[in-house]
Amino acid sequence: MELTEHFFREEAGRLVPALTRLFGLHNLALAEDVAQDALCQALEVWKHRGIPADPRAWLLTAAKHRAIDILRRERKRLAFAPDLAFLLESEWTLAPAVAERFGPDALRDDQLRMMFSCCHPKLSEDARVALVLHLLCGFGVGEIAAAFLSGRAAIEKRLTRAKRVLARSKSLFDLRQDDVMPRLESVHRALYLLFSEGYHGAHPETSVRRDLCVEALRLVSLLGQDPIAATPATDALAALMCFHASRLPGRLDAGGELTSLTEQDRSRWDRDLIAEGHRLLERAWDRAEPQARGPFHFEAAIAGAHASARTAEATPWPAIVALYDGLMHLRPSPVVALNRAVAIAQADGPEKGLAAIEAIADRDALKGYPFYAATLAELELRRGQTRAAQAHFQDALRLARNPMEKSFLEKRAALAAQR
Amino acid sequence: MAEYLYLYRSGNRPGTPEQMQQTMQKWMDWMKELGAKGHLKDAGHPLEGGGKVVHAKSKINDGPYAETKDLIGGYSLIEAKDLSHAAELSQGCPILSVGGMVEIRPIMKNGM
Repeated sequence: MELTEHFFREEAGRLVPALTRLFGLHNLALAEDVAQDALCQALEVWKHRGIPADPRAWLLTAAKHRAIDILRRERKRLAFAPDLAFLLESEWTLAPAVAERFGPDALRDDQLRMMFSCCHPKLSEDARVALVLHLLCGFGVGEIAAAFLSGRAAIEKRLTRAKRVLARSKSLFDLRQDDVMPRLESVHRALYLLFSEGYHGAHPETSVRRDLCVEALRLVSLLGQDPIAATPATDALAALMCFHASRLPGRLDAGGELTSLTEQDRSRWDRDLIAEGHRLLERAWDRAEPQARGPFHFEAAIAGAHASARTAEATPWPAIVALYDGLMHLRPSPVVALNRAVAIAQADGPEKGLAAIEAIADRDALKGYPFYAATLAELELRRGQTRAAQAHFQDALRLARNPMEKSFLEKRAALAAQR
Repeated sequence: MAEYLYLYRSGNRPGTPEQMQQTMQKWMDWMKELGAKGHLKDAGHPLEGGGKVVHAKSKINDGPYAETKDLIGGYSLIEAKDLSHAAELSQGCPILSVGGMVEIRPIMKNGM
């Protein structure tokens, strides 16, 4: 019997929410300790006895027994989950009440509730993402620090503070009673950031970045399984992630370097993920009234249009321009405007694209963004202004944020110099 | 061939799930190799940290007395040519890379 690649991490992400639900959010540290003990017990026994036929069931049983022990021993001293208190106090109902929390539906529910709790309004977006990775994905401090190219101490501090905020409430967020919609928006945003860190992030190791994307996809699909959380916006976000994730194998070429969308080997895109993306996008689009369609709807539709084009030439640029118009209307930003200008250049030629860039109101905000200069360079190159193109590429290179961007831009600049 | 008991002493507990995964993999590989070469008579068991120490006249204490760093965390039964062979076989034990040690004790038998 072999374990899946990240078995312990995945199981930690299931155990901590379930145990927190039982012990109460104010006893989060205890829940983490008990999860850790159960995982250690599995490790010790399996070292000698081998991995059991159903390692997950084995581990859940170990955690359950430890939870019952603690609840029995500490119930005089500690106050546990207030809504379960009456079940946990009686010896008759204790074991069945605990067992129920370890059933598949309850495990899923508690992960969702934890996800909503992690997106507490008092926390910064960075803190929310770090908490989600830590409590729901089983990432250690070192792994979170590595993923965000940040220092261990900084992440440690961020997590400690964030946990203190969570521990002020006794119960996990309740999707059936609390005010879901505003919190759902924060959850979407955190998962979007988590995914983006994997997709656009600067981490040199592809595997680390892929893990972040996989976790974001897993968590968004958990949202999609809940009748309350499965809103059209959830579907649209899931679709967006599917489309982007489908390109992960093609985005980084054999040497792990960035490849631009037009040059990617499209045969390496994941067709199953693209199909799933279209299924979700269609549902998101059908279930929302036109005025209820949000930014994720448009972003997903744009990503879907790219994903479905079999060749770069087959990209439906006019349709993409129209979708960018919709996105600009909902959430105008200089970066969206820049992307819209790129689409215009593809649809109507580089002159029109450059004019669209000229027309960006807060263009100055883009000056520190390497792909702004790179876009100017590409468009100048396309209309034969090699000198101007070279100058813009040099600007872009100065702004490159990581070795991958730098090497990508160097290749483009070298191409311009040859013309 | 003679039999030897490996006593695994202490070693740091892995802190994060990912470290546990790596530790698990190392132990599986190590045990598999010992088994494949016919040296693993019994993979043995891990031991709980606490217990009792029983003296004469029904005097029973919480135990064991060992310092944390000397605590026996588990054991296995090994077959090897001689003591130095058994020591050589223990070199790959993953516990050595996390601050632990392996104590090797020959099993005493008739006619040896």
